[in-house]
Amino acid sequence: MERIPVLKMGEFLLVSIQVDMHDRLAMTLQDDITEMIVRHGSKGVLIDISGLNMVDSFIGRMISNIASMSRILDAEAVVVGMRPAVAITLVELGLELPGVRTALNVERGMDILRKHMRATDTAADADLNH
Amino acid sequence: MQTLTTNELTVRFEEDIVRVRQLARTAATEAGLSLVDQTKLVTAASELARNTVVYGGGGTARLDVVQAGGRRGVRIEFEDHGPGIADVELALKDGYTTGNGLGLGLSGAKRLCSEFELKSEPGKGTTVVITRWKA
Repeated sequence: MERIPVLKMGEFLLVSIQVDMHDRLAMTLQDDITEMIVRHGSKGVLIDISGLNMVDSFIGRMISNIASMSRILDAEAVVVGMRPAVAITLVELGLELPGVRTALNVERGMDILRKHMRATDTAADADLNH
Repeated sequence: MQTLTTNELTVRFEEDIVRVRQLARTAATEAGLSLVDQTKLVTAASELARNTVVYGGGGTARLDVVQAGGRRGVRIEFEDHGPGIADVELALKDGYTTGNGLGLGLSGAKRLCSEFELKSEPGKGTTVVITRWKA
């Protein structure tokens, strides 16, 4: 079956969507990411959508879902690389992806994830010292 | 309005939604739409193609590159013989859905196009025509 690869890199998962996704492929990706977070105890998910030349309400909802599900599973999700034309269209469509962290590129996205990791580590240490 | 090129396809399965997007992209490029306008048209086409599959039980899409008054554009017609829409005004409201989507498909597609026309008869089917003109 066709699949979008989810790569494990240390504490993070990396996904780069490079194909025009049909709906089932988007659903499978959602399942795969949540399953991998649990299996590896991942702390962050970086989703690169620079290859997508359009995001409609279905794919937009999938992105929102991945962000919410990750958070519930104690991982932070960051969406990077959205094309300007896609951003303009999404807002006009009425989909502003509330609750989804975004960054301009992979590098900045990784920064966000690392900062998030450090912040949660510090909070955990503070709890232990009590 | 003059039709320059035309393309028709059956829209029944999820994979067909992807094909509609690809053909819409090709037509938009042919009509000389800007990148942002291409993206808007393709996104609107994707929403409507999904409606045809999910709510219309399948149908057809016809994509035309058209010309009128010296300007070019893309006109796409979706037709199905599904259950139809009982209350068109309600169906066009943001957030209204009878399925499990976000209720942005129809209303969003309307916002993304220059012209939008919806005809529906309960029990007979639905036809949606969208046009995006080159700015």
